Amino acid sequence: MQKITGDILIEKASALLSSGTVSCVLGWKKGEFGYDVTPAVFSSVEELERDFVYNDFCGANFSKYLVSKTRKLEGKILVFLKPCDTYSFNQLLSEHRFDREKVYAIGIPCEGMVDISKVKATVGEGISSIDTDGDNLLVSTLYDEEPVAVDFKSVLAERCINCKSKKHVAYDELLGEEGDVIENSRFDEVARIEALTPDERFAFWQNELSRCIRCNACRDACPACTCEKCVFDNPASGVENKSPANSFEEKLFHIIRAYHVAGRCTDCGECSRVCPQNIPLHLLNRKFIKDMNEFYGEYQAGEEVGMRAPLVSYTTEDLEPGEALTRRDTDA
Amino acid sequence: MRKCSLDKINLLFAEIAKNAVLYLPVDENDGSAVYKKWEDGTAYSNALNTVRSPKDFFFPQTENLMGFKTLGKTIEVIDTRVEPDDFVIFGVRACDVRSFDILDRVFLSEPVDSFYASRRNHGIIISMACTRPSETCFCKTFGIDPAEPQGDISAWKTETEVFFKSNTAKGENLLTALDGILEDCDNNEVDAQKAKINAVMNRLPLKNLTTDGFGGGKTAEIFDSPKWEELSESCLGCGTCTFVCPTCQCYDIKDFNTGTGVIRFRCWDSCMYSDFTKMAHGNNRNTQKERFRQRFMHKLVYYPENNEEIFSCVGCGRCLSKCPISMNIVKVMKEIGGNKGE
Repeated sequence: MQKITGDILIEKASALLSSGTVSCVLGWKKGEFGYDVTPAVFSSVEELERDFVYNDFCGANFSKYLVSKTRKLEGKILVFLKPCDTYSFNQLLSEHRFDREKVYAIGIPCEGMVDISKVKATVGEGISSIDTDGDNLLVSTLYDEEPVAVDFKSVLAERCINCKSKKHVAYDELLGEEGDVIENSRFDEVARIEALTPDERFAFWQNELSRCIRCNACRDACPACTCEKCVFDNPASGVENKSPANSFEEKLFHIIRAYHVAGRCTDCGECSRVCPQNIPLHLLNRKFIKDMNEFYGEYQAGEEVGMRAPLVSYTTEDLEPGEALTRRDTDA
Repeated sequence: MRKCSLDKINLLFAEIAKNAVLYLPVDENDGSAVYKKWEDGTAYSNALNTVRSPKDFFFPQTENLMGFKTLGKTIEVIDTRVEPDDFVIFGVRACDVRSFDILDRVFLSEPVDSFYASRRNHGIIISMACTRPSETCFCKTFGIDPAEPQGDISAWKTETEVFFKSNTAKGENLLTALDGILEDCDNNEVDAQKAKINAVMNRLPLKNLTTDGFGGGKTAEIFDSPKWEELSESCLGCGTCTFVCPTCQCYDIKDFNTGTGVIRFRCWDSCMYSDFTKMAHGNNRNTQKERFRQRFMHKLVYYPENNEEIFSCVGCGRCLSKCPISMNIVKVMKEIGGNKGE
């Protein structure tokens, strides 16, 4: 559960709105069932007090919204950023995607966000409300007389189980205590897949990607995908498609996307969070990150503004072409 | 009313599968359910519903319409149509059964869509009453009763037995063919089941949601509502809601260059996409607000206006659970329609 409450954020946001420091606030709006919060722009203290919420389901990464929300903005927009969001924030600044002067960023601590599908897998359908009690979520359902206690840690989203940082790398103001970059196991699953035979690996991705419905949610939520007009949306491109023309093409979409965000992906995990088909898309990006770490030295996209990404900076220590293959064969 | 014990359900499936391809919801590793072809050993899922709706059986995401091949100076037109085998879909929920009626009004009205019609003719629907509706369910808002699912055959499941009632000649023929496995019975247990379902329906959080403020003739009143701006402001423009929706029916027709010819195929379109209904003169919906509004106006105003006040939402709740930003038709109905549903 979150150590910081929505009330503290509302108080902070209200003060900044009232003083004129910011003209609006990007935050989470409460929904019908507690877990279905929606990103929203708040323009008044009344709206904040009525609808603003911060709870264990505020997973959406707000960084990308700043591209569109700052475009015609008078004054500044207040944005609340969790540690992982700040990496995307910096990366977007490195790419000159929004005007830093138009943003007032408050770093907020995050204890990890809950994956509602894991809660449903535990208690079943029919959730009427969710409260917290110590390290447990108390889930009321239509079918249980008493709320069901669910261990918070057991229902964390995958990206939060493998959280890479509780440290904010960008903010104007920080609420709560600053955290640290954390040791994590996020490359374990990549290593497991790398160890498969090519046929097994192909079968793994074939199975995962065959479920893709080309809703484009992964792309549309991705803070690294900020092209004004995606090539896949452009009828003149010759590759535009709303659904795959064949089973080969549906795989290409995801692989092309992974290449395009290579070196820029901060591993925020939004792609997998939003996928309606639960395809572990983050694994493709993590494979690229893992390779780049091994080939060019440790690199975390978004750690600082203006960093030279490994794929766009040449050094004499760079891996020679073909060496990756040799290494792979040696490892095998 | 006929019934068979749950122990015999696989015998029943095997019998159905002798004469038709049988599809039913099956559990996936990630906890979701998906319609799959039944084979010996396939287990029927207890999930409330599948992520993808059964509209896919009649209106698949992609289908080839025709092909072309150039031979010198002539173009050969290739008929790529494949006549489907007879099939049975088992376990369709009441909401999804209604979605077929909604699609029928689009695809079976003149000019009849022969691809769709052919699949409808070859399919038999066995529905299943809902025993454990979700908080995201609001089928009652659209007059759908999950205790009385329609389709060719209605079914109810208890802890130990499955009950069947035919609604059409096609359904009756199938039940008759299953005589060796089914036995006749009275309505008592099914009535008890219905009472249980109705009791749950009265506890659902969205039980009081109404369609007030929507329907044919409401365009002028709500089209320019300032609330569309706010509702759509964080919409990502992805197609998730439209692709998991059992009633979304917009499609595009495209040509795919195979290198040696052309395949003309139809695929689902989404009003959320930037090139939706793009025409020679350009695009008539240039902002996400306009595209977002289109989806809800279509379901709640335009469709009922053209179809005897039938709404083209069935309250299945898929968009509620799948939208990446949790914006959905319920929030739209509450804001624009002004009913708080409480």
